[in-house]
Amino acid sequence: MQTSTPFMVDVLGSIDLPPQHTMSEASLPNHVQPFRMGRAQQWGVWLILLILLWSLSRVDLSWARFVLGLEGAGKFVERMFPPVFDPRAELVKGLWETLQIAVLASAAGVVLSLPMGLLAARNLMPASVTWVARFIITLCRTFHPVIVAIVFVKAVGFGVLAGILALTVASVGFLGKLFAEAIEEVSMKQVEAVRATGASFANVLGFAIIPQVLFRFIGFIAYEVDSNLRNSTMVGIVGAGGMGGTLFAAFQRFDYDFVLGMVLCIMALIVLGEALQLLVKKVFGQ
Amino acid sequence: MTQGPKPLQTWQHLTTPQRRGRWLIYSLCLLAIVQSMRSVEIIPDFLWDAPTQMKDLFERMWPVEWAFYLTPQNTGAQTVHQALLDSLAVAFLSTALGVLLALPFALLAARNITPWLWLNGAARFVLVATRSISTLLWALFFVAMFGPGALAGTCAIAFHSIGFIGKMLSEALEEADSGSLEALSAAGAPVSSRLLYGHWPQVKPAFVAIVLFRWDINVRESAILGLVGGGGLGMALNASIDVFEWDRVALVLLVILAMVMLAEWVSTRLRQRVI
Repeated sequence: MQTSTPFMVDVLGSIDLPPQHTMSEASLPNHVQPFRMGRAQQWGVWLILLILLWSLSRVDLSWARFVLGLEGAGKFVERMFPPVFDPRAELVKGLWETLQIAVLASAAGVVLSLPMGLLAARNLMPASVTWVARFIITLCRTFHPVIVAIVFVKAVGFGVLAGILALTVASVGFLGKLFAEAIEEVSMKQVEAVRATGASFANVLGFAIIPQVLFRFIGFIAYEVDSNLRNSTMVGIVGAGGMGGTLFAAFQRFDYDFVLGMVLCIMALIVLGEALQLLVKKVFGQ
Repeated sequence: MTQGPKPLQTWQHLTTPQRRGRWLIYSLCLLAIVQSMRSVEIIPDFLWDAPTQMKDLFERMWPVEWAFYLTPQNTGAQTVHQALLDSLAVAFLSTALGVLLALPFALLAARNITPWLWLNGAARFVLVATRSISTLLWALFFVAMFGPGALAGTCAIAFHSIGFIGKMLSEALEEADSGSLEALSAAGAPVSSRLLYGHWPQVKPAFVAIVLFRWDINVRESAILGLVGGGGLGMALNASIDVFEWDRVALVLLVILAMVMLAEWVSTRLRQRVI
């Protein structure tokens, strides 16, 4: 018995066991605390609290201001009701432009993102190609669509076209990334099986890749249409067409009841879009 | 005795209704695109002019006016540096406020926590409604309430975030494994304990991921809110655009770029560490 112990210690010592809890630790005996935060997490929570306090000090929030704000909100809400849907022509034009921007930007975004996503997929393309494609996709995603819209308004003038171009850029940034990730997660077994039959690259794409990713792509595209619909109500604020411009103008002449009417229309549009999204997912879900 | 050939059987990937459904959706998409193309108003002259305009824009942006970072536009105004700090503060605060506001709705919308269907539906409606109003629109509302400044921006982003955070969180809550929850209720645990010891440990990674993701988005949004008076870098951007000082615009854009890149790096690193 005694002779075997040094040998055991030697073996155990060489495999570097994690330190074991011993009964000598005061807090452990019969009450292990499984939900306690670790030291690092505690520090993290304190750091977050500190950052939030610093942030609070920058926005000069005071009770007086809050009360004043509530008063303002009361008046504001009072002036919003009942909602007004006139001038009808302006409303319809804004909605129509918003739809145009969302549809065309999504379509152009999908057409551009498909090759982009393919080029950025690391399991199919050489590293140099994916690097360039990834850089372009990241660049498209970096700036908020509204900022991109400012540049395009300067380039092609006020109107719908600037909005379409701005949201196309945003769509490439978003869809390109998701497409590339979906293609990278494809099962390579099927790809190899199709390749083994001597298939061309186009056939590999058509019979091994697309069937695996189609459903997810449809989901991404549906989501992007939805988000373009929401963003297309924003780009108008910098003059890129759509509902935003009409809204901003109504705000500036204190037409709050017309603003509410427009907001209700936008909400209806988005709820409709969400219903369509569910339908599309159901049809393609099998 | 010869047996006639069996009727030819063709294998098809989809059933007839499935195929019809797909064709219906494809043709609807095509119709929407064609109809939009036909009616969209594009002025060709503006389009041909675009390259010249872009060249002009970049020529005016160069050289970037670096000194603008620390000198205010006019006396008493914010410097770009202060605007940057404001934007960061807005991003932090709005994420925190958004989480606080979204939490009750997420709990109400999760079917395995709130067993009343009408409450689920009502909470879901709030989540969709807050999300469908864009940040800039919320900002217009809050600027009308609190006056221009970072406070309005914070509230705007926070209210827009409710929908996103609430939806993702309620989905994560619903995906929680029911085993430990049933064990807790079998032991007679009250609702608070079920939430704290049943749901929370299971959704914690998802929660951290959602908050980080939203913070990343909010950093981007905080940079544009100033366009409508919501404080931060957008104010500096707007002030420079209004007077066509494109070299200053270039500086603000570069600052935004740096801020966004940094935020993305931080959130990616944190995500890797925490999850």
